[in-house]
Amino acid sequence: MSFFSSENLEKAQVLIGLYPEKRSALIPLCHLAQGQHGHLSNEAMEQIAELLDIQPAEVLGTASFYDMLHTEEVGKYLVGVCTNVACMLGGGIELLEHASDVLGVPIGGTTEDGMFTLEEVECVAHCDKAPCAQVNYRYFGPLANGDFDQLVDDLRNDRLSESVPPHGVLSQVFRDAPAMVPLEIIHRERRAMDDEKKARLAALNKDAGGNQ
Amino acid sequence: MSTDVSQNLVTISIDGKEIQAGKGELLIAAAEKAGVFIPRFCYHNRLPQVGMCRMCLVEVNGPRGFSLQPACYLPVSDGMEVVTESEKVKKAQDGVLEYLLINHPLDCPVCDKGGECPLQDQTMAYGPGESRFVEEKRHWEKPIPISDLVLLDRERCIQCDRCTRFADVVAGDALIEFVGRGDHTEINVFPDRPFSSYFSGNTVQICPVGALTAVPYRFKARPWDLSQVESSCTTCSMGCRIMVQSSQNELTRYLGLDADSINHGWLCDKGRFGHEAINSSDRITAPLVRKGDSFVETTWASALELISSKVSSAQAAGDPNRIGFILGSRLTNEDIYAWVKLAKGVVGTDSVDSQLGDGLKGEVIASLRRATINEAVSAKAILAFTGDIKEEVPVLFLRLREAVKSGWTKIATIGTHGSSLDKLSEVTASVSAGQLQLLAKELMKESSKFPELTKLFTNQGVGADGEGLVVLLGRENLAWDQSVVEAFALELSRALPRAKFLLTLHNANFAGSVDLGAVPNMLPGRLPLGSASQATRQKWAGLPDRAGRGVKEMLVAALQGELDVLFLVGSDPREDYVDSALANSALDQVGFVVSVDTFLSQSSAKADLVLPASSFAEKSGTTTNLEGRVLTLNQKVAPKGLCRPDWAIASEIALELGDDLGFDSAAGVLDEIAEVSPLHWGLSWNRLVKSSAIEGMMIPISATSLSIRPKAMLDEISTPGIASVWDQGLPSSKTAYVENGSTSADDKPAGEPSSQTVAGPLEPIWRLAPVQPLGFMNLAYSRKLYSQGEHLRNSAHLVHLVVEAKCQVSSKTAEKLGVSSGGSVLITDKAGGEGQFELEVDDSVPNDTVELVRGSFSISGFSPVRSDETVNYVKVERA
Repeated sequence: MSFFSSENLEKAQVLIGLYPEKRSALIPLCHLAQGQHGHLSNEAMEQIAELLDIQPAEVLGTASFYDMLHTEEVGKYLVGVCTNVACMLGGGIELLEHASDVLGVPIGGTTEDGMFTLEEVECVAHCDKAPCAQVNYRYFGPLANGDFDQLVDDLRNDRLSESVPPHGVLSQVFRDAPAMVPLEIIHRERRAMDDEKKARLAALNKDAGGNQ
Repeated sequence: MSTDVSQNLVTISIDGKEIQAGKGELLIAAAEKAGVFIPRFCYHNRLPQVGMCRMCLVEVNGPRGFSLQPACYLPVSDGMEVVTESEKVKKAQDGVLEYLLINHPLDCPVCDKGGECPLQDQTMAYGPGESRFVEEKRHWEKPIPISDLVLLDRERCIQCDRCTRFADVVAGDALIEFVGRGDHTEINVFPDRPFSSYFSGNTVQICPVGALTAVPYRFKARPWDLSQVESSCTTCSMGCRIMVQSSQNELTRYLGLDADSINHGWLCDKGRFGHEAINSSDRITAPLVRKGDSFVETTWASALELISSKVSSAQAAGDPNRIGFILGSRLTNEDIYAWVKLAKGVVGTDSVDSQLGDGLKGEVIASLRRATINEAVSAKAILAFTGDIKEEVPVLFLRLREAVKSGWTKIATIGTHGSSLDKLSEVTASVSAGQLQLLAKELMKESSKFPELTKLFTNQGVGADGEGLVVLLGRENLAWDQSVVEAFALELSRALPRAKFLLTLHNANFAGSVDLGAVPNMLPGRLPLGSASQATRQKWAGLPDRAGRGVKEMLVAALQGELDVLFLVGSDPREDYVDSALANSALDQVGFVVSVDTFLSQSSAKADLVLPASSFAEKSGTTTNLEGRVLTLNQKVAPKGLCRPDWAIASEIALELGDDLGFDSAAGVLDEIAEVSPLHWGLSWNRLVKSSAIEGMMIPISATSLSIRPKAMLDEISTPGIASVWDQGLPSSKTAYVENGSTSADDKPAGEPSSQTVAGPLEPIWRLAPVQPLGFMNLAYSRKLYSQGEHLRNSAHLVHLVVEAKCQVSSKTAEKLGVSSGGSVLITDKAGGEGQFELEVDDSVPNDTVELVRGSFSISGFSPVRSDETVNYVKVERA
């Protein structure tokens, strides 16, 4: 019983191979799983743990720490309305209320059709377009209420599928395997650093000894 | 030596007082040794530091003047100036405590920790007195069970990371973790993956608040109503030091004591929560005599009279071996000695044994060079050929895990099935019984047929004579006769005379049984039957005139009607003897079975006479752990009903037979042991209690074990609940273990007594392993921690942890059988006995092998292991 698709499992193995310690691939694998399924299900976390030779609780610990990793089901589109200073002055709070009305869910809720999850977010550095919102981490703004309705409509009818992929898909997660630095080089550089450190320490100790 | 020490010392000043501290030592520990207590929550001397709680902030002088720094995260350096009591420090402590108490409920009156709570105590001592927090506190669903034994009240948690660090770093079961972030942080488990670690109870003990509580103790007592004595756990042979606490003559809990050479304060859950069985209302509290199919209560006087008449008439038959004694693991050294003296000295039979087919022959044990636990964790390399350590001697697993993770030693494991040591092992090799002889002979030879093992040991610097090698020896596969393991051990110690052995057998006090002659052919002090010491001749009424039988021979003799009287002293062959089919039919044939027991076990329920024995914590005495360390056991509660200590029962029987064993207290027995046994020379109750009772004494007593190391105060915050106990100081490096507590072979005992192997060198006897019959598979037979035992069955909170018998094969074998995981298979032994099992696929089991995990199936009569076979094979079919 595997959570990862065979294609993603292969990717996972490549990601794991990038690091000297398996565990270091934890967050990339979480993204990979989220990309496949939209959120991190228990099955996903269990398989990640198995792949990395750690306990599922450790995966959960990490996944629950980061806001961009979702351990509970979210909609296809994760809508975040900014209510930080610039957006607030531009009507962010009102926009959030409007969004809640239009989508028919409270903040943090997911629509019944599983299309949208509404979130309140802190500054996303789109202040020049206040009030702004992000959908699956793609920015939209400034948004008047009407613009927001239009945006929702576009998303519902797949008119933005090119620019806004479903939640969880992040383009940067998967590095090309050939780009990886061979382990020998990493080890060589680490050794060199260690040697340098030792030499510095030895020099320091020598100085200290001379002073005594 | 002295110059070395001074080079490793630095001078620091704490509150204007100059003190010496070890280089690299943490400030908090250095200060504590100097008598300056710095408050703390997250710091624990057995865990890596994290600096999370900020309670230990002190002022330290640096380039920019005095600044606040966490004492638990700061190694001392020469000339360091520290101020622990100043306005600034006080303000920091006020702040930290006020902050911690923002979310911490003030439910101390109903909290189990109230009265022994580091947060409560340190708030009283260092806190601001008042809180400015007027808002609503957090509320969580409570308590949530994170395992069958541990409950979590999340709102009480102060996120010190102790439990999670323990689970991850010490136990290696990272099943609990911080979940969430910021004020939403909580400790939790993964959904449907409970904290089912063998060591979960330790997190309860080290929790500095009442967030983690143990189910068996919750709401049972208040700390100020408890009284306590030091003792040693006798659940397995490790001998973990514990504090036994009780309230109103009822045991309430055990807490682990930090004995540096033994358990580091940790306990396994089976030991920790074992007290419930002692309180059980199902205990036997009066002598019971068989009347037809049932028992009736009787008096001690008539019970003893009955025994006396049965023994006398058996003696009249002329062969003393018609009377047998099987001693179990409940017994203290004093109990064992008294029963051995009764059997061998008064009754005159040498048929006394203490190994129920899961141990090794006493003479073999006595002839091997003994390694201590400290020697094992600091050995150049370890060869493990043993039952699964985590299942058989759990806390030793923690010690080995620490040693491997810290790089102190490397382990190679050989065996027939997977074990929890595999993950810690550098090399794991699967061996067959036929290969063992060659392996033992060639292990350190260049031409070795086991190049991986040889290479590892050579690289680790193990000498050609085995110098630096410690062998963890136990019963790796209970389906192999013990003679296989014995031959291997003897062959190995002949090929590598400097190798040392740590016997990892499960039964508590198996070492004491051997040392005190509770095995055939031996007398107390590991003396051969024929060479009794002068003192023995004086103190004993007589000696057996011929060699006796071991357990197996006794059972076979019983089958042939040659056993008239059998004493089962704390032993339960019907359940525990590996070939339970033999045990069951043999015991049915014995003329008269006397069982001295605490519960009506499988065997005592069918005995003719049952005598009620005092249980652990109801008697004082000593026990010997697997490395040969004598440890004290102390009485805490009064024995139930008419229960009596085992040694006293032996005394009474002797009196009834017309002989006086000559002692009237456990301490008196120990005095006689020290007189009679050269191995126990110098031992006395006073010395054990007065010296470093916490670590007991290694025997034979040597100059090193007599020297008493200075004690430091126990860190009450590390082990809340044990206020007045002493600690031994905490070496945390490999060198420390090499220097301390290990008695080398050249260490001459302080007096004249001879040291080990009084029994003399033994020749390995290799019996040809039977050929594997066509269609049969290798059988690997193993046990789990929660596999069996009357004790488990009577512990209310452990009984549901008892495992079902399991049958495991590799995926390849499963495919061959055409059965998938969860399917059922029929196992047939060579004699035609059969049992049905659920199959589990586990790829740590080699192909062509089936691993049976001991569960409750012996009760149904099927025993896959036949004791007349050297190696057992079974047929496995799809059911």
